[in-house]
Amino acid sequence: MKVVAENLVWGVRNKTIVSDVSLNVAQGETLGLIGPNGSGKSSLLRLLSGLKRPGSGRVEIDGSDIAGIPRKALSRQVAFVQQSAATDTNVTVRDVVRLGRTPHRSALAGWSEADETAVATALERVDMTSRKAQAWQTLSGGERQRVHIARALAQDPQVMFLDEPTNHLDIHHQIEILRMVRDLDLTSIIALHDLNLAAMFCDRIVVLQEGAVRATGTPDVVLTQSLLRDVFRVAADVSPSSDAGRPHIRFKVT
Amino acid sequence: MSSDDTEHGAFRLAAILGVSLVVLVFAVAAATAIGDYRIGLGTVFLSVTNELGLTQADIAPIEQSVVWNLRLSRALVAALAGAGLALCGAILQALLRNALAEPFVLGVSAGASTGAVCVIVLGIGAGSLSLSLGAFAGAFGAFALVALLSNGATSGPNHTILAGVAASQLFNALTSYIVTTSGNAQQARDVMFWLLGSFGGVRWPDFQLLLLVVLVCHAVCIWMGRALDAFTFGDEDAAALGVPVGRIRLILFGVTALLTATIVSMVGAIGFVGLVVPHAARYVVGPLHLRLLPACAVIGAVFMVVADIVSRVIADQQTVPIGVVTALVGVPFFAIILYRARPQL
Ligand SMILES: Nc1ncnc2c1ncn2[C@@H]1O[C@H](COP(=O)(O)OP(=O)(O)O)[C@@H](O)[C@H]1O
Ligand SMILES: [Mg+2]
Repeated sequence: MKVVAENLVWGVRNKTIVSDVSLNVAQGETLGLIGPNGSGKSSLLRLLSGLKRPGSGRVEIDGSDIAGIPRKALSRQVAFVQQSAATDTNVTVRDVVRLGRTPHRSALAGWSEADETAVATALERVDMTSRKAQAWQTLSGGERQRVHIARALAQDPQVMFLDEPTNHLDIHHQIEILRMVRDLDLTSIIALHDLNLAAMFCDRIVVLQEGAVRATGTPDVVLTQSLLRDVFRVAADVSPSSDAGRPHIRFKVT
Repeated sequence: MSSDDTEHGAFRLAAILGVSLVVLVFAVAAATAIGDYRIGLGTVFLSVTNELGLTQADIAPIEQSVVWNLRLSRALVAALAGAGLALCGAILQALLRNALAEPFVLGVSAGASTGAVCVIVLGIGAGSLSLSLGAFAGAFGAFALVALLSNGATSGPNHTILAGVAASQLFNALTSYIVTTSGNAQQARDVMFWLLGSFGGVRWPDFQLLLLVVLVCHAVCIWMGRALDAFTFGDEDAAALGVPVGRIRLILFGVTALLTATIVSMVGAIGFVGLVVPHAARYVVGPLHLRLLPACAVIGAVFMVVADIVSRVIADQQTVPIGVVTALVGVPFFAIILYRARPQL
Protein backbone atom coordinates (compact mmCIF):
# COMPACT_ATOMS: atom_id res chain seq x y z
CA MET A 1 0.00 0.00 0.00
CA LYS A 2 1.07 3.52 -0.78
CA VAL A 3 1.66 5.97 2.04
CA VAL A 4 1.38 9.65 1.22
CA ALA A 5 1.84 12.51 3.65
CA GLU A 6 0.97 16.06 2.66
CA ASN A 7 2.25 19.09 4.55
CA LEU A 8 2.17 17.52 8.01
CA VAL A 9 2.52 19.98 10.85
CA TRP A 10 2.45 19.06 14.52
CA GLY A 11 3.63 20.76 17.67
CA VAL A 12 3.00 21.35 21.33
CA ARG A 13 2.02 24.76 22.65
CA ASN A 14 4.13 27.16 20.68
CA LYS A 15 6.85 24.72 19.66
CA THR A 16 6.67 23.20 16.20
CA ILE A 17 8.03 19.66 16.25
CA VAL A 18 7.10 18.43 12.78
CA SER A 19 7.03 21.23 10.26
CA ASP A 20 5.54 20.83 6.82
CA VAL A 21 6.62 17.27 6.05
CA SER A 22 5.50 15.69 2.79
CA LEU A 23 6.37 12.12 1.83
CA ASN A 24 5.50 9.66 -0.85
CA VAL A 25 6.22 5.99 -0.17
CA ALA A 26 5.44 3.44 -2.88
CA GLN A 27 3.90 0.02 -2.35
CA GLY A 28 6.55 -2.39 -1.07
CA GLU A 29 9.17 0.30 -0.57
CA THR A 30 11.44 0.41 2.49
CA LEU A 31 11.94 3.99 3.57
CA GLY A 32 14.60 4.97 6.10
CA LEU A 33 14.03 7.93 8.39
CA ILE A 34 17.24 9.39 9.76
CA GLY A 35 18.11 12.50 11.70
CA PRO A 36 19.79 13.54 14.93
CA ASN A 37 18.16 13.06 18.35
CA GLY A 38 15.09 15.20 18.69
CA SER A 39 14.74 15.84 14.97
CA GLY A 40 11.17 14.54 15.07
CA LYS A 41 11.47 10.96 13.77
CA SER A 42 9.28 9.40 16.44
CA SER A 43 6.76 12.21 16.21
CA LEU A 44 6.52 11.85 12.45
CA LEU A 45 6.01 8.08 12.73
CA ARG A 46 3.16 8.66 15.20
CA LEU A 47 1.51 11.08 12.79
CA LEU A 48 1.91 8.69 9.87
CA SER A 49 0.44 5.76 11.81
CA GLY A 50 -2.49 7.81 13.09
CA LEU A 51 -1.51 7.66 16.76
CA LYS A 52 -1.39 11.45 16.77
CA ARG A 53 -3.57 13.87 14.87
CA PRO A 54 -1.61 16.40 12.84
CA GLY A 55 -2.25 20.09 13.49
CA SER A 56 -2.62 20.43 9.76
CA GLY A 57 -1.93 18.33 6.69
CA ARG A 58 -3.04 14.81 6.00
CA VAL A 59 -1.88 11.23 5.70
CA GLU A 60 -3.26 8.90 3.07
CA ILE A 61 -2.80 5.16 3.09
CA ASP A 62 -3.76 3.46 -0.14
CA GLY A 63 -5.56 6.60 -1.25
CA SER A 64 -7.79 7.19 1.76
CA ASP A 65 -7.28 9.74 4.50
CA ILE A 66 -6.49 7.89 7.73
CA ALA A 67 -8.37 10.49 9.78
CA GLY A 68 -11.55 8.91 8.40
CA ILE A 69 -10.64 5.26 9.11
CA PRO A 70 -11.81 3.74 12.42
CA ARG A 71 -8.97 2.78 14.78
CA LYS A 72 -9.57 -0.96 14.56
CA ALA A 73 -9.80 -1.06 10.77
CA LEU A 74 -6.62 1.03 10.53
CA SER A 75 -4.78 -1.37 12.84
CA ARG A 76 -5.54 -4.26 10.53
CA GLN A 77 -3.48 -2.49 7.86
CA VAL A 78 -0.89 -0.61 9.87
CA ALA A 79 1.44 -1.89 12.59
CA PHE A 80 3.64 0.27 14.80
CA VAL A 81 6.69 -0.94 16.69
CA GLN A 82 7.43 1.60 19.38
CA GLN A 83 10.89 2.58 20.51
CA SER A 84 10.81 1.03 23.96
CA ALA A 85 7.88 -0.85 25.36
CA ALA A 86 7.58 -1.73 29.02
CA THR A 87 5.10 -3.39 31.35
CA ASP A 88 4.83 -4.59 34.92
CA THR A 89 2.39 -7.34 33.98
CA ASN A 90 3.69 -10.86 34.10
CA VAL A 91 2.96 -11.84 30.49
CA THR A 92 4.67 -14.52 28.41
CA VAL A 93 6.31 -13.94 25.03
CA ARG A 94 3.41 -15.74 23.43
CA ASP A 95 0.83 -13.55 25.20
CA VAL A 96 2.56 -10.49 23.81
CA VAL A 97 2.67 -11.77 20.24
CA ARG A 98 -0.97 -12.86 20.51
CA LEU A 99 -1.86 -9.22 21.25
CA GLY A 100 -0.99 -8.56 17.63
CA ARG A 101 -4.17 -10.39 16.67
CA THR A 102 -6.32 -7.91 18.64
CA PRO A 103 -7.50 -5.88 15.62
CA HIS A 104 -8.50 -9.07 13.81
CA ARG A 105 -10.66 -10.50 16.58
CA SER A 106 -14.10 -9.54 17.78
CA ALA A 107 -14.73 -9.12 21.50
CA LEU A 108 -15.43 -12.74 22.34
CA ALA A 109 -14.27 -14.65 19.26
CA GLY A 110 -12.25 -17.78 19.90
CA TRP A 111 -8.70 -18.34 18.80
CA SER A 112 -8.70 -19.37 15.13
CA GLU A 113 -6.30 -21.37 13.00
CA ALA A 114 -5.40 -18.17 11.15
CA ASP A 115 -4.52 -16.51 14.46
CA GLU A 116 -2.40 -19.46 15.48
CA THR A 117 -0.55 -19.55 12.16
CA ALA A 118 0.12 -15.82 12.24
CA VAL A 119 1.58 -16.02 15.75
CA ALA A 120 3.68 -19.11 15.03
CA THR A 121 5.06 -17.62 11.79
CA ALA A 122 5.85 -14.32 13.46
CA LEU A 123 7.72 -16.01 16.31
CA GLU A 124 9.67 -18.10 13.82
CA ARG A 125 10.63 -15.03 11.78
CA VAL A 126 12.26 -13.27 14.71
CA ASP A 127 13.89 -16.42 15.95
CA MET A 128 11.94 -16.56 19.23
CA THR A 129 9.89 -19.76 18.84
CA SER A 130 11.86 -21.59 21.49
CA ARG A 131 11.23 -18.74 23.96
CA LYS A 132 7.49 -18.50 23.56
CA ALA A 133 6.69 -19.65 27.10
CA GLN A 134 9.27 -17.39 28.73
CA ALA A 135 8.15 -14.44 30.85
CA TRP A 136 8.52 -11.21 28.87
CA GLN A 137 10.02 -9.51 31.93
CA THR A 138 12.97 -11.88 31.91
CA LEU A 139 13.99 -11.16 28.31
CA SER A 140 16.99 -9.03 27.37
CA GLY A 141 16.42 -5.68 25.67
CA GLY A 142 17.12 -7.07 22.22
CA GLU A 143 14.86 -10.05 22.74
CA ARG A 144 12.04 -7.75 23.84
CA GLN A 145 12.53 -5.75 20.70
CA ARG A 146 12.28 -8.88 18.58
CA VAL A 147 9.11 -9.97 20.38
CA HIS A 148 7.55 -6.61 19.58
CA ILE A 149 8.50 -6.95 15.97
CA ALA A 150 6.91 -10.40 16.02
CA ARG A 151 3.78 -8.86 17.46
CA ALA A 152 3.67 -6.36 14.62
CA LEU A 153 4.12 -9.20 12.12
CA ALA A 154 1.28 -11.16 13.74
CA GLN A 155 -0.87 -8.12 13.10
CA ASP A 156 -0.51 -9.05 9.44
CA PRO A 157 -0.18 -5.44 8.28
CA GLN A 158 0.35 -3.99 4.84
CA VAL A 159 2.29 -1.05 6.23
CA MET A 160 4.75 -1.23 9.08
CA PHE A 161 6.27 1.64 11.05
CA LEU A 162 9.32 0.83 13.13
CA ASP A 163 10.93 3.26 15.56
CA GLU A 164 14.59 2.44 15.92
CA PRO A 165 13.95 -1.31 15.83
CA THR A 166 17.62 -2.25 15.89
CA ASN A 167 18.49 -0.32 19.04
CA HIS A 168 19.21 -3.14 21.44
CA LEU A 169 19.96 -5.85 18.91
CA ASP A 170 23.26 -7.63 18.40
CA ILE A 171 24.75 -7.18 14.93
CA HIS A 172 23.44 -10.51 13.66
CA HIS A 173 19.87 -9.68 14.59
CA GLN A 174 20.17 -6.09 13.37
CA ILE A 175 20.94 -7.42 9.93
CA GLU A 176 18.45 -10.27 10.12
CA ILE A 177 15.55 -8.08 11.21
CA LEU A 178 16.21 -5.39 8.62
CA ARG A 179 16.68 -7.99 5.91
CA MET A 180 13.40 -9.61 6.91
CA VAL A 181 11.49 -6.33 6.95
CA ARG A 182 12.91 -5.36 3.57
CA ASP A 183 12.07 -8.73 2.02
CA LEU A 184 8.51 -8.78 3.38
CA ASP A 185 5.91 -7.80 0.86
CA LEU A 186 4.91 -4.67 2.72
CA THR A 187 5.57 -0.98 2.80
CA SER A 188 7.81 -0.08 5.71
CA ILE A 189 9.03 3.15 7.20
CA ILE A 190 11.90 2.73 9.63
CA ALA A 191 13.53 5.28 11.88
CA LEU A 192 17.18 4.30 12.13
CA HIS A 193 20.23 5.55 13.97
CA ASP A 194 22.85 3.52 12.21
CA LEU A 195 23.54 5.26 8.91
CA ASN A 196 25.36 2.28 7.41
CA LEU A 197 22.39 0.03 8.13
CA ALA A 198 20.15 2.65 6.55
CA ALA A 199 22.38 2.65 3.49
CA MET A 200 22.40 -1.14 3.32
CA PHE A 201 18.70 -1.84 3.63
CA CYS A 202 16.62 1.16 2.62
CA ASP A 203 15.38 1.84 -0.90
CA ARG A 204 15.17 5.52 -0.09
CA ILE A 205 16.14 7.71 2.83
CA VAL A 206 14.49 10.80 4.29
CA VAL A 207 16.67 13.04 6.41
CA LEU A 208 14.94 15.05 9.11
CA GLN A 209 16.42 18.10 10.71
CA GLU A 210 14.53 20.10 13.32
CA GLY A 211 11.25 18.61 12.20
CA ALA A 212 11.64 19.40 8.51
CA VAL A 213 12.72 17.23 5.61
CA ARG A 214 16.29 18.13 4.77
CA ALA A 215 16.87 15.63 1.95
CA THR A 216 15.14 12.70 0.25
CA GLY A 217 16.45 10.11 -2.17
CA THR A 218 18.39 6.89 -2.63
CA PRO A 219 21.20 6.28 -0.13
CA ASP A 220 23.99 7.30 -2.50
CA VAL A 221 22.28 10.59 -3.30
CA VAL A 222 21.42 11.49 0.28
CA LEU A 223 24.39 10.30 2.28
CA THR A 224 27.03 12.75 1.29
CA GLN A 225 29.97 14.10 3.20
CA SER A 226 28.49 17.59 3.36
CA LEU A 227 25.08 16.38 4.58
CA LEU A 228 26.68 14.32 7.32
CA ARG A 229 28.67 17.37 8.38
CA ASP A 230 25.72 19.78 8.30
CA VAL A 231 23.01 17.59 9.79
CA PHE A 232 24.83 15.11 12.01
CA ARG A 233 27.87 17.27 12.75
CA VAL A 234 30.39 14.52 11.99
CA ALA A 235 33.28 14.19 9.62
CA ALA A 236 33.14 11.07 7.49
CA ASP A 237 34.46 9.39 4.39
CA VAL A 238 31.71 8.19 2.11
CA SER A 239 32.91 5.50 -0.26
CA PRO A 240 31.06 3.38 -2.79
CA SER A 241 30.60 -0.23 -1.69
CA SER A 242 30.42 -3.43 -3.70
CA ASP A 243 26.65 -2.93 -3.65
CA ALA A 244 25.77 -0.29 -6.26
CA GLY A 245 23.92 2.74 -4.90
CA ARG A 246 24.65 1.79 -1.30
CA PRO A 247 27.58 3.80 0.00
CA HIS A 248 29.70 2.93 2.98
CA ILE A 249 30.33 5.52 5.67
CA ARG A 250 33.46 5.65 7.77
CA PHE A 251 33.45 8.23 10.54
CA LYS A 252 36.59 10.21 11.31
CA VAL A 253 37.90 11.85 14.42
CA THR A 254 38.88 15.37 13.54
CA MET B 1 -8.57 -22.57 21.56
CA SER B 2 -5.96 -24.71 19.95
CA SER B 3 -2.59 -24.36 21.58
CA ASP B 4 -1.35 -26.03 24.73
CA ASP B 5 -0.79 -23.02 26.96
CA THR B 6 -4.20 -21.64 26.08
CA GLU B 7 -5.85 -24.91 27.02
CA HIS B 8 -3.81 -25.00 30.17
CA GLY B 9 -5.11 -21.55 31.14
CA ALA B 10 -8.68 -22.48 30.21
CA PHE B 11 -8.40 -25.59 32.35
CA ARG B 12 -7.13 -23.57 35.30
CA LEU B 13 -9.98 -21.14 34.89
CA ALA B 14 -12.54 -23.96 34.76
CA ALA B 15 -10.95 -25.53 37.82
CA ILE B 16 -10.88 -22.31 39.84
CA LEU B 17 -14.44 -21.44 38.82
CA GLY B 18 -15.70 -24.90 39.73
CA VAL B 19 -13.90 -25.08 43.05
CA SER B 20 -14.81 -21.51 43.98
CA LEU B 21 -18.48 -21.99 43.17
CA VAL B 22 -18.66 -25.12 45.33
CA VAL B 23 -16.81 -23.35 48.14
CA LEU B 24 -19.11 -20.37 47.68
CA VAL B 25 -22.22 -22.52 48.15
CA PHE B 26 -20.78 -24.00 51.33
CA ALA B 27 -19.64 -20.61 52.59
CA VAL B 28 -23.07 -19.11 52.00
CA ALA B 29 -24.67 -22.08 53.77
CA ALA B 30 -22.26 -21.68 56.69
CA ALA B 31 -22.88 -17.93 56.81
CA THR B 32 -26.58 -18.64 57.01
CA ALA B 33 -26.23 -21.26 59.76
CA ILE B 34 -23.77 -19.39 61.96
CA GLY B 35 -24.82 -16.56 64.22
CA ASP B 36 -25.89 -15.67 67.73
CA TYR B 37 -28.74 -18.05 67.15
CA ARG B 38 -27.25 -21.14 65.55
CA ILE B 39 -29.36 -22.97 63.00
CA GLY B 40 -28.60 -26.49 61.69
CA LEU B 41 -27.53 -26.86 58.05
CA GLY B 42 -30.48 -29.17 57.41
CA THR B 43 -32.90 -26.54 58.63
CA VAL B 44 -31.14 -23.93 56.50
CA PHE B 45 -31.53 -26.10 53.42
CA LEU B 46 -35.20 -26.86 54.07
CA SER B 47 -36.00 -23.23 54.87
CA VAL B 48 -34.60 -22.18 51.52
CA THR B 49 -36.42 -24.90 49.58
CA ASN B 50 -39.60 -24.02 51.48
CA GLU B 51 -39.28 -20.40 50.47
CA LEU B 52 -38.64 -21.40 46.88
CA GLY B 53 -41.79 -23.53 46.99
CA LEU B 54 -39.93 -26.79 46.41
CA THR B 55 -40.76 -28.37 49.76
CA GLN B 56 -43.28 -27.91 52.53
CA ALA B 57 -41.10 -29.03 55.41
CA ASP B 58 -42.17 -28.27 58.95
CA ILE B 59 -39.79 -25.53 60.11
CA ALA B 60 -40.34 -23.11 62.97
CA PRO B 61 -41.48 -19.86 61.27
CA ILE B 62 -38.98 -17.85 63.27
CA GLU B 63 -36.08 -19.99 62.05
CA GLN B 64 -37.28 -19.92 58.49
CA SER B 65 -37.60 -16.16 58.69
CA VAL B 66 -34.13 -15.69 60.16
CA VAL B 67 -32.62 -17.88 57.46
CA TRP B 68 -34.45 -16.34 54.55
CA ASN B 69 -35.02 -12.73 55.50
CA LEU B 70 -31.90 -11.98 57.48
CA ARG B 71 -29.01 -14.30 56.85
CA LEU B 72 -29.32 -15.59 53.32
CA SER B 73 -29.87 -12.14 51.83
CA ARG B 74 -26.94 -10.88 53.86
CA ALA B 75 -24.63 -13.67 52.69
CA LEU B 76 -25.61 -13.18 49.07
CA VAL B 77 -25.10 -9.42 49.23
CA ALA B 78 -21.67 -10.08 50.75
CA ALA B 79 -20.86 -12.41 47.85
CA LEU B 80 -21.94 -9.83 45.27
CA ALA B 81 -20.08 -7.01 47.01
CA GLY B 82 -16.91 -9.12 47.06
CA ALA B 83 -17.31 -9.99 43.39
CA GLY B 84 -17.96 -6.38 42.44
CA LEU B 85 -15.06 -4.86 44.38
CA ALA B 86 -12.64 -7.46 43.03
CA LEU B 87 -13.81 -6.69 39.52
CA CYS B 88 -13.30 -2.94 40.04
CA GLY B 89 -9.80 -3.58 41.34
CA ALA B 90 -8.87 -5.68 38.32
CA ILE B 91 -10.22 -3.10 35.88
CA LEU B 92 -8.47 -0.16 37.54
CA GLN B 93 -5.19 -2.02 37.84
CA ALA B 94 -5.32 -2.70 34.10
CA LEU B 95 -6.41 0.79 33.02
CA LEU B 96 -4.00 2.63 35.28
CA ARG B 97 -1.24 0.06 34.90
CA ASN B 98 -0.65 0.24 38.62
CA ALA B 99 -0.59 -2.71 40.99
CA LEU B 100 -1.84 -0.47 43.80
CA ALA B 101 -4.96 0.74 42.05
CA GLU B 102 -8.32 -0.02 43.63
CA PRO B 103 -11.46 2.10 43.85
CA PHE B 104 -10.70 3.45 47.30
CA VAL B 105 -7.27 4.70 46.28
CA LEU B 106 -9.13 6.96 43.87
CA GLY B 107 -10.93 8.78 46.66
CA VAL B 108 -14.23 6.95 46.34
CA SER B 109 -14.56 5.93 49.96
CA ALA B 110 -13.61 9.40 51.14
CA GLY B 111 -16.24 10.89 48.84
CA ALA B 112 -18.83 8.39 50.06
CA SER B 113 -18.11 9.25 53.68
CA THR B 114 -18.51 12.95 53.00
CA GLY B 115 -21.83 12.24 51.34
CA ALA B 116 -22.94 10.06 54.24
CA VAL B 117 -21.83 12.59 56.84
CA CYS B 118 -23.75 15.32 55.10
CA VAL B 119 -26.85 13.17 55.49
CA ILE B 120 -26.23 12.02 59.08
CA VAL B 121 -24.90 15.24 60.56
CA LEU B 122 -26.43 17.96 58.51
CA GLY B 123 -29.70 16.07 58.33
CA ILE B 124 -30.15 16.48 54.61
CA GLY B 125 -32.98 14.08 53.82
CA ALA B 126 -33.97 11.41 56.32
CA GLY B 127 -33.72 7.67 56.86
CA SER B 128 -31.40 4.97 55.60
CA LEU B 129 -32.32 5.42 51.97
CA SER B 130 -31.08 8.98 51.94
CA LEU B 131 -27.91 7.86 53.72
CA SER B 132 -27.30 5.48 50.83
CA LEU B 133 -28.10 8.17 48.32
CA GLY B 134 -25.71 10.56 50.05
CA ALA B 135 -22.93 7.99 49.99
CA PHE B 136 -23.68 7.15 46.37
CA ALA B 137 -23.58 10.80 45.35
CA GLY B 138 -20.36 11.38 47.30
CA ALA B 139 -18.66 8.33 45.79
CA PHE B 140 -19.64 9.26 42.29
CA GLY B 141 -18.71 12.88 42.88
CA ALA B 142 -15.23 11.86 44.03
CA PHE B 143 -14.77 9.71 40.95
CA ALA B 144 -15.86 12.55 38.71
CA LEU B 145 -13.50 14.95 40.44
CA VAL B 146 -10.59 12.57 40.01
CA ALA B 147 -11.44 12.07 36.36
CA LEU B 148 -11.57 15.83 35.91
CA LEU B 149 -8.36 16.50 37.84
CA SER B 150 -6.50 13.92 35.82
CA ASN B 151 -7.92 15.31 32.61
CA GLY B 152 -10.25 12.46 31.75
CA ALA B 153 -7.58 10.04 32.93
CA THR B 154 -5.66 10.43 29.70
CA SER B 155 -2.70 12.15 31.23
CA GLY B 156 -0.95 9.07 32.50
CA PRO B 157 -1.63 6.50 35.19
CA ASN B 158 0.40 8.08 37.97
CA HIS B 159 -1.35 11.35 37.40
CA THR B 160 -4.69 9.66 38.06
CA ILE B 161 -3.46 8.05 41.28
CA LEU B 162 -2.12 11.41 42.45
CA ALA B 163 -5.45 13.02 41.67
CA GLY B 164 -7.09 10.23 43.71
CA VAL B 165 -4.84 10.93 46.67
CA ALA B 166 -5.63 14.64 46.43
CA ALA B 167 -9.37 13.93 46.27
CA SER B 168 -9.12 11.57 49.26
CA GLN B 169 -7.41 14.24 51.33
CA LEU B 170 -9.94 16.84 50.32
CA PHE B 171 -12.96 14.71 51.14
CA ASN B 172 -11.48 13.40 54.38
CA ALA B 173 -10.83 16.98 55.46
CA LEU B 174 -14.40 17.93 54.59
CA THR B 175 -15.74 14.96 56.56
CA SER B 176 -13.61 15.81 59.60
CA TYR B 177 -14.63 19.42 59.38
CA ILE B 178 -18.33 18.61 59.30
CA VAL B 179 -18.07 16.05 62.11
CA THR B 180 -15.99 18.27 64.42
CA THR B 181 -18.04 21.39 63.96
CA SER B 182 -21.25 19.48 64.53
CA GLY B 183 -19.89 18.60 67.99
CA ASN B 184 -21.73 15.32 68.31
CA ALA B 185 -19.43 12.47 69.30
CA GLN B 186 -22.09 9.81 68.82
CA GLN B 187 -22.66 10.88 65.24
CA ALA B 188 -18.94 10.74 64.56
CA ARG B 189 -18.87 7.19 65.92
CA ASP B 190 -21.80 6.19 63.72
CA VAL B 191 -20.08 7.49 60.64
CA MET B 192 -16.82 5.74 61.50
CA PHE B 193 -18.59 2.45 62.06
CA TRP B 194 -20.62 2.76 58.91
CA LEU B 195 -17.48 3.54 56.93
CA LEU B 196 -15.65 0.43 58.05
CA GLY B 197 -18.41 -1.58 56.48
CA SER B 198 -21.25 -3.73 57.69
CA PHE B 199 -23.63 -6.19 56.13
CA GLY B 200 -26.12 -5.77 58.96
CA GLY B 201 -29.43 -4.49 57.72
CA VAL B 202 -29.18 -5.54 54.06
CA ARG B 203 -32.34 -7.22 52.72
CA TRP B 204 -33.61 -8.77 49.51
CA PRO B 205 -34.23 -5.50 47.64
CA ASP B 206 -30.55 -4.65 48.18
CA PHE B 207 -29.64 -8.04 46.78
CA GLN B 208 -31.79 -7.56 43.70
CA LEU B 209 -30.38 -4.13 42.94
CA LEU B 210 -26.81 -5.24 43.50
CA LEU B 211 -27.29 -8.42 41.44
CA LEU B 212 -28.49 -6.34 38.52
CA VAL B 213 -25.61 -3.86 38.77
CA VAL B 214 -22.95 -6.55 39.20
CA LEU B 215 -24.25 -8.67 36.32
CA VAL B 216 -24.45 -5.74 33.92
CA CYS B 217 -21.04 -4.37 34.89
CA HIS B 218 -19.44 -7.79 34.71
CA ALA B 219 -20.88 -8.33 31.24
CA VAL B 220 -19.57 -4.96 30.04
CA CYS B 221 -16.12 -5.72 31.45
CA ILE B 222 -15.98 -9.15 29.84
CA TRP B 223 -17.02 -7.58 26.56
CA MET B 224 -14.02 -5.26 26.86
CA GLY B 225 -11.71 -7.88 28.31
CA ARG B 226 -9.65 -8.25 25.19
CA ALA B 227 -9.27 -4.51 24.85
CA LEU B 228 -8.01 -4.42 28.45
CA ASP B 229 -5.29 -6.91 27.54
CA ALA B 230 -4.12 -4.47 24.88
CA PHE B 231 -3.35 -1.91 27.62
CA THR B 232 -0.46 -4.09 28.81
CA PHE B 233 2.11 -1.78 27.22
CA GLY B 234 0.26 1.46 27.74
CA ASP B 235 -2.38 3.62 26.11
CA GLU B 236 -0.56 4.46 22.93
CA ASP B 237 0.29 0.83 22.34
CA ALA B 238 -3.35 -0.11 22.89
CA ALA B 239 -4.32 2.46 20.27
CA ALA B 240 -1.78 0.96 17.87
CA LEU B 241 -3.52 -2.39 18.36
CA GLY B 242 -6.80 -0.87 17.26
CA VAL B 243 -8.38 -0.20 20.65
CA PRO B 244 -10.49 2.98 20.86
CA VAL B 245 -8.66 4.01 24.02
CA GLY B 246 -10.71 7.07 24.99
CA ARG B 247 -14.05 5.33 24.67
CA ILE B 248 -12.94 2.19 26.54
CA ARG B 249 -11.49 4.25 29.39
CA LEU B 250 -14.61 6.33 29.73
CA ILE B 251 -16.94 3.33 29.78
CA LEU B 252 -14.82 1.30 32.16
CA PHE B 253 -14.22 4.19 34.57
CA GLY B 254 -17.97 4.75 34.52
CA VAL B 255 -18.63 1.08 35.24
CA THR B 256 -16.19 1.06 38.14
CA ALA B 257 -17.67 4.25 39.55
CA LEU B 258 -21.20 2.88 39.35
CA LEU B 259 -20.26 -0.46 40.89
CA THR B 260 -18.22 1.00 43.72
CA ALA B 261 -20.72 3.71 44.53
CA THR B 262 -23.56 1.17 44.67
CA ILE B 263 -21.59 -1.14 46.95
CA VAL B 264 -20.34 1.63 49.23
CA SER B 265 -23.81 3.09 49.57
CA MET B 266 -25.15 -0.31 50.69
CA VAL B 267 -22.48 -1.73 52.92
CA GLY B 268 -19.86 0.97 53.50
CA ALA B 269 -16.30 1.23 52.29
CA ILE B 270 -14.82 -2.24 52.53
CA GLY B 271 -11.18 -1.90 51.63
CA PHE B 272 -8.55 -4.37 50.55
CA VAL B 273 -10.78 -6.79 48.60
CA GLY B 274 -10.38 -4.80 45.40
CA LEU B 275 -6.64 -4.68 45.89
CA VAL B 276 -5.84 -8.19 46.98
CA VAL B 277 -8.24 -10.42 45.06
CA PRO B 278 -7.06 -9.47 41.54
CA HIS B 279 -3.49 -10.28 42.54
CA ALA B 280 -4.56 -13.65 43.89
CA ALA B 281 -6.61 -14.36 40.78
CA ARG B 282 -3.74 -13.34 38.49
CA TYR B 283 -1.51 -15.70 40.35
CA VAL B 284 -3.89 -18.57 39.57
CA VAL B 285 -5.18 -17.88 36.04
CA GLY B 286 -2.63 -15.45 34.63
CA PRO B 287 -3.00 -11.83 33.47
CA LEU B 288 -5.39 -12.17 30.50
CA HIS B 289 -8.70 -10.54 31.30
CA LEU B 290 -11.18 -12.93 29.77
CA ARG B 291 -9.97 -15.39 32.39
CA LEU B 292 -8.98 -12.96 35.09
CA LEU B 293 -12.31 -11.16 35.43
CA PRO B 294 -14.52 -14.22 36.10
CA ALA B 295 -11.86 -15.60 38.43
CA CYS B 296 -11.80 -12.29 40.33
CA ALA B 297 -15.58 -12.36 40.68
CA VAL B 298 -15.79 -15.82 42.23
CA ILE B 299 -12.71 -15.45 44.42
CA GLY B 300 -13.93 -12.04 45.61
CA ALA B 301 -17.33 -13.51 46.44
CA VAL B 302 -15.86 -16.36 48.51
CA PHE B 303 -13.43 -14.03 50.25
CA MET B 304 -16.14 -11.63 51.31
CA VAL B 305 -18.58 -14.28 52.55
CA VAL B 306 -15.83 -15.88 54.61
CA ALA B 307 -14.76 -12.48 55.94
CA ASP B 308 -18.37 -11.82 56.95
CA ILE B 309 -18.52 -15.11 58.86
CA VAL B 310 -15.26 -14.27 60.61
CA SER B 311 -16.51 -10.80 61.50
CA ARG B 312 -19.46 -12.35 63.31
CA VAL B 313 -17.63 -15.06 65.25
CA ILE B 314 -14.26 -13.49 66.02
CA ALA B 315 -15.49 -11.45 69.01
CA ASP B 316 -18.08 -12.61 71.52
CA GLN B 317 -21.46 -10.95 71.21
CA GLN B 318 -20.09 -8.38 68.79
CA THR B 319 -19.76 -7.90 65.09
CA VAL B 320 -16.35 -6.59 64.10
CA PRO B 321 -16.53 -4.17 61.12
CA ILE B 322 -16.04 -6.15 57.94
CA GLY B 323 -13.31 -3.81 56.71
CA VAL B 324 -11.24 -4.73 59.75
CA VAL B 325 -11.60 -8.42 58.94
CA THR B 326 -10.79 -8.10 55.24
CA ALA B 327 -7.56 -6.40 56.20
CA LEU B 328 -6.73 -8.87 59.00
CA VAL B 329 -7.41 -11.88 56.78
CA GLY B 330 -6.17 -10.28 53.61
CA VAL B 331 -2.76 -8.97 54.60
CA PRO B 332 -1.15 -12.30 55.57
CA PHE B 333 -2.65 -13.92 52.51
CA PHE B 334 -1.37 -11.08 50.36
CA ALA B 335 2.08 -11.47 51.87
CA ILE B 336 2.15 -15.13 50.86
CA ILE B 337 1.20 -14.30 47.29
CA LEU B 338 3.73 -11.48 47.03
CA TYR B 339 6.37 -13.82 48.31
CA ARG B 340 5.50 -16.72 46.00
CA ALA B 341 4.91 -14.57 42.92
CA ARG B 342 8.23 -12.73 43.11
CA PRO B 343 10.19 -13.03 39.89
CA GLN B 344 12.57 -15.96 39.82
CA LEU B 345 15.88 -14.22 39.42
N1 LIG C 1 4.58 15.58 23.69
C1 LIG C 1 5.67 16.36 23.59
N2 LIG C 1 5.76 17.50 24.31
C2 LIG C 1 6.83 18.30 24.22
N3 LIG C 1 7.87 18.06 23.41
C3 LIG C 1 7.85 16.96 22.66
C4 LIG C 1 6.74 16.04 22.71
N4 LIG C 1 7.00 15.02 21.86
C5 LIG C 1 8.21 15.28 21.32
N5 LIG C 1 8.72 16.44 21.79
C6 LIG C 1 9.99 17.06 21.42
O1 LIG C 1 10.03 17.06 20.01
C7 LIG C 1 11.33 16.78 19.55
C8 LIG C 1 11.29 15.60 18.61
O2 LIG C 1 11.04 14.43 19.33
P1 LIG C 1 11.07 12.99 18.68
O3 LIG C 1 10.06 12.96 17.61
O4 LIG C 1 10.95 12.00 19.77
O5 LIG C 1 12.54 12.97 18.06
P2 LIG C 1 13.44 11.75 17.57
O6 LIG C 1 12.61 10.52 17.60
O7 LIG C 1 13.88 12.15 16.22
O8 LIG C 1 14.60 11.67 18.50
C9 LIG C 1 12.18 16.56 20.79
O9 LIG C 1 12.89 17.73 21.04
C10 LIG C 1 11.19 16.29 21.87
O10 LIG C 1 11.67 16.73 23.10
MG1 LIG D 1 12.72 8.77 18.64
